[in-house]
Amino acid sequence: MLHLILFLFFGVICVAGAINLLAQSHPINSALSLIVVMGSLAAEYLLLGAEFLAAVQVIVYAGAIMVLFVITIMLLNAGAEERTKGSRVAILLGVPGVVIGAVLVAWTLLFRSNTTSVTIGALPGGPQEIARLLFHQFLLPFEITSVLILIAIMGAVVLASRPDAVAKRHATDTPKAMPELVGAGKER
Amino acid sequence: MVPISYYLVLSGILFVCGVLGFLIKRNIITIFMSIELMLNGVNLSFVAFAAQWHSLSGQVFVFFVMVVAAAEAAVGLAIIIAVYRTRETLNVDQVNLLKL
Repeated sequence: MLHLILFLFFGVICVAGAINLLAQSHPINSALSLIVVMGSLAAEYLLLGAEFLAAVQVIVYAGAIMVLFVITIMLLNAGAEERTKGSRVAILLGVPGVVIGAVLVAWTLLFRSNTTSVTIGALPGGPQEIARLLFHQFLLPFEITSVLILIAIMGAVVLASRPDAVAKRHATDTPKAMPELVGAGKER
Repeated sequence: MVPISYYLVLSGILFVCGVLGFLIKRNIITIFMSIELMLNGVNLSFVAFAAQWHSLSGQVFVFFVMVVAAAEAAVGLAIIIAVYRTRETLNVDQVNLLKL
C-alpha cells in the first residue's frame, strides 16, 4: 500500500512536470520542469530497487545535462516561442495519433500482460553489483563509450568556437599578436 | 506491491509527452529537451524490466543511454549555438537550409 502511494505520488509529479514542459512557452520554464521530471524519476528508480542508478540520475541528468541546457538558454538569451502554421498541422494530425497509440499500449500493458509485482525494500542494484557487471561483461562497450565521449568533446569544441576567431588565430604566427583578446581585456 | 506494468505505463506516458513536445514545440532547445524526456521514458522501462527479470543488465544499459544522452546534449547544444550565430533565431521553421 505504501509502495503504491509512493509510486502514485512521484508518478503524478513526473507526469505533471512533463505536461508543464509542453505547456510552457519559455524554454527556461521547460528546463526547470524537466528537472522536476528527472528528480521524480530518480525516486521511481529507488522504488524499483536501483539505488545507484537513482543517484546517477540526479547527478548526471538533473545535474550535468540540465546545467548544459540552462547555460545554453541563458547564453542565447532565448525568449518565448511563437506559433507558426506548421505547428498547427502537427497538433491537428500528430496529437490524436500519438494519444491513440499510447492508449492502445497502456491498455495492452495493463490488461493483456502477465507482469510480476515488485516489492519495496529489495535493492539489487547496488554499486558493487553494477560495477562487477560493468567491468566484466560490458567492458568493451564501456571502453567504446570513452571514445564516444572524446569525439563528443572535440565536436562540441569545434562547433561552438567562433570561425572568425579560429581563422585569426591561425593567421597570426606569434601568440603575442592577438589584438582581439588584448582589446577585450582593456575594455572591461 | 506495485505491478511492473504500472511503471511501463508511466514510461509510456513520458515517452508520449516527449513525442508531443517534439511535434508541437517550435523552439529548438525545447525540442531537444523533449528528446531527453523520451530517453528518460525509455530508461524507466529498462529499469522496470530489470526488476521484472531480476537481472542487472537493464540497469547497465541505462548507464550507456545516459552516456549517449550526455554526448548528444554536448554536441547538439554546440550545433544550436552555431545555428543561432548564423541565423539569429531559434525557431525551427526559420532554419530550413542546411548551409550554415
